[in-house]
Amino acid sequence: MDRKTTIPVKIKIQNQDFEVSEETKILRENQTGAIVNFVGVVRGFDERNNSLIESITLEHYPGMTELEIEKIVKQSCERWNITGVTVIHRVGKLLPSDQIVFVGVSAKHRQNAFDSCNFIMDWLKTKAPFWKVEENNNQKKWVNYNLSDDEATKKWVV
Amino acid sequence: MVIKYFSWIKEHIGKSEEFLELPDNVKNISELINYLNNLNDNYKKVFEKKDLIKIAVNRTYCSVEKKISNNDEIAFFPPVTGG
Repeated sequence: MDRKTTIPVKIKIQNQDFEVSEETKILRENQTGAIVNFVGVVRGFDERNNSLIESITLEHYPGMTELEIEKIVKQSCERWNITGVTVIHRVGKLLPSDQIVFVGVSAKHRQNAFDSCNFIMDWLKTKAPFWKVEENNNQKKWVNYNLSDDEATKKWVV
Repeated sequence: MVIKYFSWIKEHIGKSEEFLELPDNVKNISELINYLNNLNDNYKKVFEKKDLIKIAVNRTYCSVEKKISNNDEIAFFPPVTGG
C-alpha cells in the first residue's frame, strides 16, 4: 500500500456537535507544519429563494456515506503529501449558526493542506449522500442541489 | 433484494425501504425501474424525473445499465446536498 494512504484518518457521522480546538489538537499530533480546517455552518437565510430558515434537518445513507468519504480522502492522500485527515459531518436537526461539517487536514507544508482540504470539501458536496431539508413556518422544503457545486469539482480533474 | 429510498423520493414513494424478490425478467436497474413503474403511480411520478435520480448498488454509484441480483442493496436518491 502507498505510504501516504496509511496516515491517520478519522471519519465520523454524528448528531452531536464537535469542538474545532479538540480536533485541531488531534491533528497536531501528526508530523505536521500546517493544519487547514474548514467548518461549514448553517445559514439562517436561503439566498436562492429569499426566505428565512428556522432550522434544517440532515439525513444520510448510513454505510454509503462513510464509503464515499473514505474514497475522497484516499484520493486526496494519493494526490497530496498530507499527514492526517479528519472529516466530521453532523446529521439530524440543526439551527442557524450551528456547525454542520468539519474537514481538517494536516501536512508538513501549508499548500498541500489547503489544496487537500479544498478537494475533500468540493467532492464531499457532490458525492457524499447527505440531503438537507429546510424548515420555516411549519413548512419543509428539500434543498435543491447546486450546479455550482458540480462546477467546483472540475478544477480537480486533470 | 432491498431497495432504499431517500429524501423526497422516500416521501413520494411512501417508504424508506422495501424488500422484493426479483422477477426473472429483471436483470438491470433500467428493468427494475420499469417493473416498479408498473406497480403504482407513485413510482412513475418519481422515476419520470430521471435526471434527478441517482442510483447506488451495494453502496456504490452506478448507471441504469448496472446488472443486479437478488442479493443486492439498491438505492434511489436525489443529487446530494450535504456539507
